[in-house]
Amino acid sequence: MSERKGWRNDGYAKVTGRSRYADDMKFHNMLHAVPVYSDHVHAYIIKIDVSKAEQSEGVIRVITYKDVPGENRFGQIHKDYYMFAEDRIRGNGDVVALIVAKTREEAIEAIGKVTVEVEQLPLLLDPEEALKSDSILIHEEKKTNIVTHHKVRRGSVEEGFKNSDIILEREYKTQLIEHSYMEPESSVCIPRHDGVMEVFGSMQHPFSTRRFVATLLGKELSEVEVKGTPTGGGFGGKDDTAAIVCARTALAAMLTKHPVKMTYKREWSIKESYKRHPYKLNYKMGLDKSGKIKAVECRFLADAGNYTSVTPWVLWRSTVQCCGPYKVDNVKCDALGVHTNNIFTGAMRGFGSPQVNFAIESLIEEAAEMVGLSPMEIRKRNMVMQGDETITGQILENHTVNLSNVFEKVQTEIGFEEKLKKCSHGKSDTDELYGIGIAISYRGMSLGAEGKDYCSAIINAQPDGSVLLEAGVHENGQGLESAMLLILAEQLGIKKERIRYQCSSTSTIPDGGTTVASRGTIMGGGAITKAADNFKKLIAETLFETLDCTKEDFVFENDGVSISATGTFYTFEEIIQMMFSNKTYPYAFGLFQGPEVSWDEEVGKGNAYFTWVYGCQAVELTVDKVKGKVKLLNAVAAHDVGKAINEEMLLGQFYGGMVMGMGYALREEVKTKDGKVRSTNFHKYHLTRAKDVPDMKAIIVESVDPLSPSGAKGVGEPTNEIMAPAIANAIYNATGKRYYKLPIKIEL
Amino acid sequence: MKTTINGKEILLREEILEKNLLEFIREDLDLTGTKKGCEIEVCGACTILINNEAVTSCRKLVKDVVGKSVMTIEGFENEDGALHPLQQAFIDCGAIQCGYCTPGMVLTGHALLFKNNNPTREEIKEAITPVICRCTGYQQIVDAIENTAKFY
Repeated sequence: MSERKGWRNDGYAKVTGRSRYADDMKFHNMLHAVPVYSDHVHAYIIKIDVSKAEQSEGVIRVITYKDVPGENRFGQIHKDYYMFAEDRIRGNGDVVALIVAKTREEAIEAIGKVTVEVEQLPLLLDPEEALKSDSILIHEEKKTNIVTHHKVRRGSVEEGFKNSDIILEREYKTQLIEHSYMEPESSVCIPRHDGVMEVFGSMQHPFSTRRFVATLLGKELSEVEVKGTPTGGGFGGKDDTAAIVCARTALAAMLTKHPVKMTYKREWSIKESYKRHPYKLNYKMGLDKSGKIKAVECRFLADAGNYTSVTPWVLWRSTVQCCGPYKVDNVKCDALGVHTNNIFTGAMRGFGSPQVNFAIESLIEEAAEMVGLSPMEIRKRNMVMQGDETITGQILENHTVNLSNVFEKVQTEIGFEEKLKKCSHGKSDTDELYGIGIAISYRGMSLGAEGKDYCSAIINAQPDGSVLLEAGVHENGQGLESAMLLILAEQLGIKKERIRYQCSSTSTIPDGGTTVASRGTIMGGGAITKAADNFKKLIAETLFETLDCTKEDFVFENDGVSISATGTFYTFEEIIQMMFSNKTYPYAFGLFQGPEVSWDEEVGKGNAYFTWVYGCQAVELTVDKVKGKVKLLNAVAAHDVGKAINEEMLLGQFYGGMVMGMGYALREEVKTKDGKVRSTNFHKYHLTRAKDVPDMKAIIVESVDPLSPSGAKGVGEPTNEIMAPAIANAIYNATGKRYYKLPIKIEL
Repeated sequence: MKTTINGKEILLREEILEKNLLEFIREDLDLTGTKKGCEIEVCGACTILINNEAVTSCRKLVKDVVGKSVMTIEGFENEDGALHPLQQAFIDCGAIQCGYCTPGMVLTGHALLFKNNNPTREEIKEAITPVICRCTGYQQIVDAIENTAKFY
């Protein structure tokens, strides 16, 4: 019927509305919880009075920090997040209490009945102010507002600038943005007969959630079982806050001994959940007459808001990628994240790269113009090629360095060189100004030296020849389970229809790390490939005598096994039955450890990531010089993905990433006033809609990467990190005016 | 008073008429395919069909559908469980990721094709603009609707 061959294991459920998200679950005697916020941004708490709320119709219990049996403070890096505010409010999204009632309406009704008596503190909202020695401290015990300070010290920037013919200094600013997953946070927790707290919820990382829940409840990790439900989008945003929502729900379930559900309203979600860091980026770049970059000095100041979350890791990636995909011998980079009373910031698709790429890819084009080179030529003269060294001293030699390839492919597809000549540069006979723009990037895969990188998988074949697969990564909506199934089907040479993906539970498989950093496919796929190798080995070792052949004769293909020596074929069912007859379970575990990475924090040197990917995007647009409106006409992207596993899902990562980047460039911004979020819902937070989007072209570039066992690499973030600079460059070519701040608002 | 939901006639008691329609659909009828995204009629996750028009349900009341025919995503596939061609096209074209906007998107696409069985891509984009998808970038959703026009 259709020429398109898209497939997902949850496709039927999702198109029929049968996919059961957390808020779609119901249990007998289930209670409902809702959060209570204060009206304040920064204040000492004198008293939280819940007595009136407790008397409210239907209310079963009101919970505050005093009811926490375990540790109230937690965090992935620094334990500075208060799951319930204690003596101080540090931001408007701080939760002071939880109301548990028979119905959600009754719980909501009681919110206004909690009163918080406070003594106001001065607001700290400006990150530069936060650095001053006399600044008020957001977390006094830290004795500083600096959350993190990463550095790169390479060569001598003084020497580099001395040898430069041209020096540019520019300042860029990027905005606070909201992940805007369409499904707000939701969790359902059930106290189980054996004392285990069963947790269902919308999240990115069940294991991280388990740590938050166990900490708050004062339970062992084994006493909490987290089961992921279909997740209605994450984009990096369903780690801390989603886990904390689960933890508070679990506490309510534990204290009331009832199943409890807590589903967030959009306003609560936007008020409380962490965002993408706004950055101020100061760059100084020196080049010689030939356009070769001689030195880069840069300083990033990121607003981490009131809690740490993963700010140190986000800033670290910015540091490693501070010069974009260019060779620079002299680099000095200082990346700082600081506390303020603003809403806290953490992981979001790109993870410290969208900010940096906007700056560096804008700057390189300004440099090109000053040197008298085209945007193509300056990139060619500076971009990393096979065997080159990154600014942190990593030699790019163990995989295909595909940057020039993706760069060429995009230019050819869109006709860049010809169209560049037609750009308006601020002059046109009509109201429309035309421009085309391009940007490139490289990106370290997975976590890199941020953390330990490993993942496991379990293959459990059943007596009838069906197969259960489990991997320590979690479906976020991107089609991860389907990708895992396809990788296993290929590895075992069996039909994908045999395989069912075992919905992840923290109690059945070791922690495989969080589904972030575009690592789901590469790490989960790696683990499955290792498990499949073990599975095949087990079968060969068990059955070679029975089948009168050698272990090397087993060829897993065509939904069964061919014995190469004899040409005999056995179906997969026959093979599995023989395994059981031999009293050997056809069961295998596989572990994929990310190859070694290294990092010297003092000088910012090391093999930051075990492998890299390369991307290029270009966009055509018009700017209405009367109304100031930007209309996108066309967009093309090429990304090196290693190996394509599920083409339609892969294309979805391209388009989805590009469109999110369009919003970052042109319209998205969480507005705040005096520390309070003003963009409270989607009427005041403007997401890109279908009519704003041009038809797009995605070019999938494959390459061999021996470091990825399945061959696949990540693509979710690369597609999202260079659309903003491509648009900024196109707007410059259209209007002749350079914009240094996101989102770009055309000045008439 | 009565309404028809997914082809079944439902008697409405007086006290239910002032109830929020989305709550009624999700909590009373357990038709959870209709999603709650913003509750202020700007995201489209709660889109249903009322007399074949795609409309949001989050700010409507039960009394708004008295005497009308309502379809939620659960009523969209064939009675034998086979997928409607538009649903199949969503799968084939990779038009689904997290799935949260999918019910609203499918019904919005259907309402368009029901009125216009030969829409341009621009007309499709205009029609689905009330429904936000954060995952897919819309392109494959437009493809799915475009590819299904021939069945209408």
